[in-house]
Amino acid sequence: MNETFTARVWLLGDDIDTDIIIPTEYLALKTVEDMKPYAFSPLRPELAGQIRPGDVIVAGKNFGCGSSREQAPEIIKALGVRCVIAKSFARIFFRNAINNGLLLIENPDLHDAVEEGQEVQVELGRCLRANGKEFPIASLPENLLEIIEAGGLVKAMRRRNGLE
Amino acid sequence: MGMTIAEKIIARAAGKETVKAGDICTVTLDRLMSNDGTTHLTIDMYNNLKHPHIQDVDKLVWIVDHNIPSDSPKTAASQKKMRDFARAHGITFYEGEGVCHQVMMEKHVRPGELIFGADSHTCAYGALGAFGTGVGCTDYLYAMVTGTSWVMVPETLRFNLHGKLREGVYARDLILTIIGRIGANGANYKAMEFSGEGLATLTMSDRISICNLCVEAGAKTALMEVDEVTLDYLQERGREPLAVYTSDEDAVFAQVYDIDLDEIVPIVAKPHFVDNVVPATDCAGTKIDEAFLGSCNNGRLEDLRVGAALIQGRKVHPLVRFLVVPASREIYAAAMKEGLIDIFMEAGAIVMNPNCSVCWGSCQGVIGEGETLISTGTRNFKGRAGHRESFVYLADAATVTASAILGEIATADQLGNMADSAAVTTTASLNEAATADPLA
Repeated sequence: MNETFTARVWLLGDDIDTDIIIPTEYLALKTVEDMKPYAFSPLRPELAGQIRPGDVIVAGKNFGCGSSREQAPEIIKALGVRCVIAKSFARIFFRNAINNGLLLIENPDLHDAVEEGQEVQVELGRCLRANGKEFPIASLPENLLEIIEAGGLVKAMRRRNGLE
Repeated sequence: MGMTIAEKIIARAAGKETVKAGDICTVTLDRLMSNDGTTHLTIDMYNNLKHPHIQDVDKLVWIVDHNIPSDSPKTAASQKKMRDFARAHGITFYEGEGVCHQVMMEKHVRPGELIFGADSHTCAYGALGAFGTGVGCTDYLYAMVTGTSWVMVPETLRFNLHGKLREGVYARDLILTIIGRIGANGANYKAMEFSGEGLATLTMSDRISICNLCVEAGAKTALMEVDEVTLDYLQERGREPLAVYTSDEDAVFAQVYDIDLDEIVPIVAKPHFVDNVVPATDCAGTKIDEAFLGSCNNGRLEDLRVGAALIQGRKVHPLVRFLVVPASREIYAAAMKEGLIDIFMEAGAIVMNPNCSVCWGSCQGVIGEGETLISTGTRNFKGRAGHRESFVYLADAATVTASAILGEIATADQLGNMADSAAVTTTASLNEAATADPLA
């Protein structure tokens, strides 16, 4: 995954929990596409309609804390969000995101250095660039990148077993 | 180098002599729990596999607890899918039996096991010395099909408990205090291990309450040392430990905390974060619309006894709905035998069947715009219990019950000698409410 892209930033705070990402009352909807308009609605009801494919979410610490509901990363992916960059991620969300092919990047400093609507350049495995500054990022382990590239764990397994 | 309990359980599950924090291991799971929150998604994915297969059906336990009985054609369809699949494949299946984690503790979990549950509060199983951890439905599917998964061995935060909780202070206050101290991500990716002579003073109910809430500090799992309380609990239910582990003297802990149980006071976690804790007295006087006594965290017989003792001879405040939801059928039956259900009913509480209830926020009991709930549930996130503009305060069973009686957040000692004047107070409040109503 040697890739560089530039994306528009949506800025969120600390402890964005899974009930904010997708409130319980919408989980009964049939598909992730049906749930999509309600993403982040307890916090910012208009946000799901504003996010465009290719945008990134930049958040504070403990992004995705709370429930194990896998619809949370699925919906962020369905909105077309290219990746989530946060100071830290809650662990169940981290696994669920990888398993659904949603790219996550951990960085402690970017959040405090960008504003919403600004652009960030992401050079995978190397650094983030914004406002003329560079923020180094770590590379995810090869096996996790393989899962993200395939679009999720089930697809990666299929590919590995020669079924796709 | 010595190992922690978490390291020992993973080493066994990985078939290795030793592992250390940070190692990534392929492990064989001992048990796999899933509930109606996401099982329908697992089934959809399973049915799309080219070679669907369940590695060992005896490991699977499926429990309908989030929306039981079903509250809409949509949830009925999702539960039917789960029920039909479980029947067709011979999966152990419960519905109406209780909240999944309580049912798992009563009927399945054994010390030393490594358990995946498709629910974040699976860490509750540490009360029986088992490594339980929450996963999403894809991880669950992978484990169901292969019997294995990968885990990173977590570092361990060790909590040495000393002394004894004072009268009127509960395990829930202890864990909320700890979460407040270390923060909502203070144990992210880590195991929280509880030990010390104070542990012996805690009942199994207390222990489940503590371990269950550790995910609210971000923990991957919670673990308690196995002792007589654990072994008695298992023996009563005809189960034996798989393996009993304690941390070695030279085990490496990321951090060690010493907690004096005598210093803990009743706590309230204010909206909208579980680590937003204050002494319960700081919230005194906050008006409430609903109170909830239940959940996998605090719906056990011991909690119902606390509530019943306070509300006996008193009434639920006329402007409050008081939901009482035993965490399992076993608890419900025991509470009936003890006369606790009668006490709640006579006081005007709404006693419901065992289920996740308003703690999960998509079933009977959800609150509306601008309303405030005080709850023994697990979370107080924004919108968690209903409308996005509503407020959830978390507290222990005594504070929740006292608040249900007084109509505002209150600790049990504020009830004082009001039993005699209860009828007068409630009538007065009713009149006040009637005058305040613009439509009256």
